[in-house]
Amino acid sequence: MIELKKVSKRFVDNVVLDGVDFLVNEGETVALLGPSGVGKSVLLKHIIGLIKPDAGEVWVDGLLVAALGRKELAELRSHIGYVFQNGALFDSMDVFENIRLGITDEKLYNDKEYCVQRVTECLRLVNLQDEVGRKLPSELSGGMRKRVGIARAIAGKPTYLLYDEPTSGLDPVNADVIDSLIERLQQEIGVTSVVVTHDVRGAFRVADRIALLAQAKIRAVGTAEEIIASRDPLVQQFLERDLEGAILQANEETRQEDEARGKSKWT
Amino acid sequence: MKAFSAALDLRRYVGRWTLHSAIHAGRFAYMIMDLVRGILEWRVWFPRMMQQTMAIGYGSLFIVLLVAGFAGAVTSLQAGYQFTGQLPLYVAGGIISESMILELGPVLTGLILAGRIGARYAAELGSMRVTEQIDALESLGRSPVTHLLLPRILAGLIAIPVLVMLANAFGIAVGYITAQSSLGLTYADFEFGARYFFKPLDLWYSLIKSFAFAIAVTVIPCYIGFNTQQGAEGVGRATTQAVVAASVTILMLDTILTKLILGTVH
Repeated sequence: MIELKKVSKRFVDNVVLDGVDFLVNEGETVALLGPSGVGKSVLLKHIIGLIKPDAGEVWVDGLLVAALGRKELAELRSHIGYVFQNGALFDSMDVFENIRLGITDEKLYNDKEYCVQRVTECLRLVNLQDEVGRKLPSELSGGMRKRVGIARAIAGKPTYLLYDEPTSGLDPVNADVIDSLIERLQQEIGVTSVVVTHDVRGAFRVADRIALLAQAKIRAVGTAEEIIASRDPLVQQFLERDLEGAILQANEETRQEDEARGKSKWT
Repeated sequence: MKAFSAALDLRRYVGRWTLHSAIHAGRFAYMIMDLVRGILEWRVWFPRMMQQTMAIGYGSLFIVLLVAGFAGAVTSLQAGYQFTGQLPLYVAGGIISESMILELGPVLTGLILAGRIGARYAAELGSMRVTEQIDALESLGRSPVTHLLLPRILAGLIAIPVLVMLANAFGIAVGYITAQSSLGLTYADFEFGARYFFKPLDLWYSLIKSFAFAIAVTVIPCYIGFNTQQGAEGVGRATTQAVVAASVTILMLDTILTKLILGTVH
């Protein structure tokens, strides 16, 4: 279980989190929605102890993250898979070594046979061919980098998975692939997940519950139906704007398809 | 009113400067503590250190020897210009070898490597910071200090003194060849002069300086790169700061060590 109690964080004069309460139950997938730059990633980094709160408490697996020593924090982190926004792949290593680094058990990490088997398994779980393992991150497309990032996060068989904007910067097709991957991983390995995103459709698809972060506070929490039914004007405004965005995106895709067929009205 | 406002600005400036200095001192102390703790995890840093040693050692050899060669040649020509007709020619042998060992070899190599290795370390670590690779390493329960900083610093501590010694030898050799061709200095005279002025302490002094410079060239850029902020611009700023800070530290260490080691010997 992940629980944030009255967490506050400010960077110089910018209050990013102001007394935030956030709960993720065992085996649950919660999507954390919110406009860009609102502090969703900051909240996620609190969970794994990459950022410490100015006030409040972060509890993971019954442990108070801020009170953990170096070794205990490393131990806790070995149970958490973190998917970074841009993959954060180590560019000096090939994909195989990147995923291998996700095997957090030191004994297994040094067992070459196990590593080959586990990396291959992880590559298949994210729908990538074995040959991708030999490529460098710079040779991968945006979607592939995200998938390798997910493969690295699951390589250590974590209990928790934290996704930071897993579909941002991807075209709708690739975003769909990542969303179905998150759904499938949830079903196949049954981890507790937090998905930070500003993509409403993706959030509704993958999450059991949705939380909306705005103006440094959690404005709404609930199932997709409960969020849609929310009377909070800010929640409604965010959902409507995103739908407007989705319509504009769909129009753009149609235009691009027309262009590709040579039927564009602009030509 | 203006005087009051200026005083307030000054107070703010001093306050901010003090706060920033305290933050950096704290971070730096934490980094040093982590480095010391990390030494026990030799299985992690040892293979990476070997890779880094090869990369910076071989990679820097050409430029280090080139600079040392020119320094030796110029010293030789200047010695000829100053001493011909004034002092016995063998003195040039002593001047060339002593200049290289005491000052030119360590300092020029240190400054060149502050640009080459220091910039490389700061830029590498800075890019890794801004692309969240360092955060990723931490999120995997691995220590970035043991994985990234320790191998780089230890590699520098091994490679830089070796490069300095090679620079000393090469500079003296080129200095001799230049003196032979331009002044007609024989090998016997050169060797006599070099031996006449040489003391074993000179070599120790050169070696101690090269270790001290190796610390400056590695630790400072690693700290600055590791704490980079604000994207590509931040990486650029960190790289420049790292080279400037490492170079200034080398010059300061040069003065301090000279006073400490040679200043007491008369």
